[in-house]
Amino acid sequence: MQSSNVINYDYTIAKYFAIATIVFGIIGMSVGVLIAFQMAFPELNNLAGEYGTFGRLRPLHTDAVAFGFTLSGIWATWYYVGQRVLKVSLAESPFLMFMAKLHFWLYIVGVAAVVVSLLMGITTSKEYAEFEWPIDIAIVLVWVIWGIGLFGLIGIRREKTLYISIWYYIAAFLGVAMLYLFNNMEVPTYFVAGMGKWYHSVSMYAGSNDAMVQWWYGHNAVAFVFTVPIIAMIYYFLPKESGQPVFSYKLSLLSFWGLMFVYLWAGGHHLLYSTVPDWVQTMGSLFSIILILPSWGSAINMLLTMKGEWGQIKENPLIKFYVLASTFYMLSTIEGPIQAIKSVNALAHFTDWIPGHVHDGTLGWVGFMIIGALFHMAPRMYKREIYSKKLIEIQFWIQTTGIVFYFTSMWIAGITQGMMWRATDQYGNLAYSFIDTVTVLHPYYTLRAVGGALYLLGVFMWAYNMYKTMTASKAIEFEPQNASPMAA
Amino acid sequence: MFHWLEKNPFFFAVGVFLVIAYAGIVTVLPDFMESARPLKGTKPYTVLQLAGRHVYIKDSCNACHSQMIRPFKSETDRYGKYSMSGEYAYDRPFLWGSKRTGPDLMRVGNYRTTNWHEIHMYKPSSMVPGSIMPSYKHMFTNTADIETAYAEAYTVKSVFNVPYDEEDMPKLGTWEEAQKTAIAEAQLIVDDMKDPQVKEAFARGEIKEIVAIIAYLNSLQ
Repeated sequence: MQSSNVINYDYTIAKYFAIATIVFGIIGMSVGVLIAFQMAFPELNNLAGEYGTFGRLRPLHTDAVAFGFTLSGIWATWYYVGQRVLKVSLAESPFLMFMAKLHFWLYIVGVAAVVVSLLMGITTSKEYAEFEWPIDIAIVLVWVIWGIGLFGLIGIRREKTLYISIWYYIAAFLGVAMLYLFNNMEVPTYFVAGMGKWYHSVSMYAGSNDAMVQWWYGHNAVAFVFTVPIIAMIYYFLPKESGQPVFSYKLSLLSFWGLMFVYLWAGGHHLLYSTVPDWVQTMGSLFSIILILPSWGSAINMLLTMKGEWGQIKENPLIKFYVLASTFYMLSTIEGPIQAIKSVNALAHFTDWIPGHVHDGTLGWVGFMIIGALFHMAPRMYKREIYSKKLIEIQFWIQTTGIVFYFTSMWIAGITQGMMWRATDQYGNLAYSFIDTVTVLHPYYTLRAVGGALYLLGVFMWAYNMYKTMTASKAIEFEPQNASPMAA
Repeated sequence: MFHWLEKNPFFFAVGVFLVIAYAGIVTVLPDFMESARPLKGTKPYTVLQLAGRHVYIKDSCNACHSQMIRPFKSETDRYGKYSMSGEYAYDRPFLWGSKRTGPDLMRVGNYRTTNWHEIHMYKPSSMVPGSIMPSYKHMFTNTADIETAYAEAYTVKSVFNVPYDEEDMPKLGTWEEAQKTAIAEAQLIVDDMKDPQVKEAFARGEIKEIVAIIAYLNSLQ
């Protein structure tokens, strides 16, 4: 057996994706902050003609953070973690190296095409699947190339047993492939009619069926982009950074297979009281509650990994990020099921409580995990210590404050809105006109935008710290075993 | 078994795939045919309405407006009759939305007029003080894409058997015929509008986006 420090891992691609993560994070979250301010101050819609309205920018925000920032982060960690837990270097296979480079560059082309087309208003309107068929084909190609790289590396591995993180990367690959293909079934109209825009297409499904397929996709895109690969990260980075073994193998087994089975049923909770069959709605509601088990299973497994070592939270800011990420994962996976209860959903659906919930997960869990993961990777990839520990500490608190502003304001806004929509006077007439329920939200929209801006500020601090680590930090001779070295 | 799977990536992947694919098959397939059936009286969109629907999608109106009236008194009082599955049979894609920053639009054609939309789209706060909706002035200058709308109608007719040209259903016909129908339909909207530039453009044979989207919004009943 070769030991791990003999293998010379090649981080070229991980570094590419790490930079992409930072760049797309800044772009996607800046757009997010802008549209948040637009809801408080609508004049901000007029900054760039038709290209600057909320309608054009909202899909750009969601797609840039989901498929720009998060996917890049997932792949940065894959090209780092994959080699290490499989005990094989990417440099050992010129073919896999080539595929990895192709993966990166084709992906960048795809993202550029997405940005341009969304600004132009070229969209299918389906959330997180807005892209027209030419881009869909490019995305499928990127995915297949990643799949070849993923299974190729597994094929030449030295460590025969797949570590937990690898289970989750495999699941992310398969899940997104299946969901994306079926939700984007569309007929390009130009090829049938011979006229009109060449890139236009029409959905294969209509009405209620289209809605059902879309939310089967939409909900599970959350599963296989925002949950599964992020769990892959925490199972690697938390034990590695803390030097603690994973608390329970059995719990990780139960959580993994439980999550795989249960998650896909829960999509119906996006369509409660709509016109999809009643039993689909009930199933969605029911399975959302069951979903608490495997979700909390992973989170508890991670928190218990720190058992007896809680002192590290004080010493090591990266542990702070991981532990708070697990905590936000627990919060959003209890909040989601609560919102999926039919009577709660009747109030919460269509309100700001929903984006509030999404951001608990994305800012607190996904964002913190990716930021913490890339910080851990930096000293190992660039052979330098992290530039500033103090900056990480400040970043952590600024971002945490930002998240608290975000979800508290959106909880209040959502419940206020929901209550006002249904409020009646003593004669049973609606008590408020719709616009009353909009203007009342102004302070909460402002507070939310400020929260988002704080989080974005933290992202800039992260970018600066990473940049300084790459270029100006003190070199290290040996790769650190556990806690990442950082200058005060 | 799990230890064995963890050493055999191929079977591991097959196992994961089976476990995740199962739910989709069981939830989506059983009622597929029934959910696709139109309500009696539901008609496909005319070419002009479809062009307007494309404008609606282009500017992501669905990011802030739903088209799904839930069966609660508070919703039927505000928006009209609750939605039924068959009413959406010709909606490709569906536009239910997931957020109501603005009100539901499922039946907006019942209570808003061409004139109201014209003023509102140009400057929403002039019609609804306090509104946070952006103004959509560019719809008054951009030209609607009737050709792509026709291509889509033609596609759904030939691929999905959408009943254009049948008795009591909208006429599609050839591209030349469809153009004439669209212009005749647009004429009715333009007559109710005030904007001189939109009228001038229409006299030159151009249908602006605002005309198409109003045709679409008026059709939502």
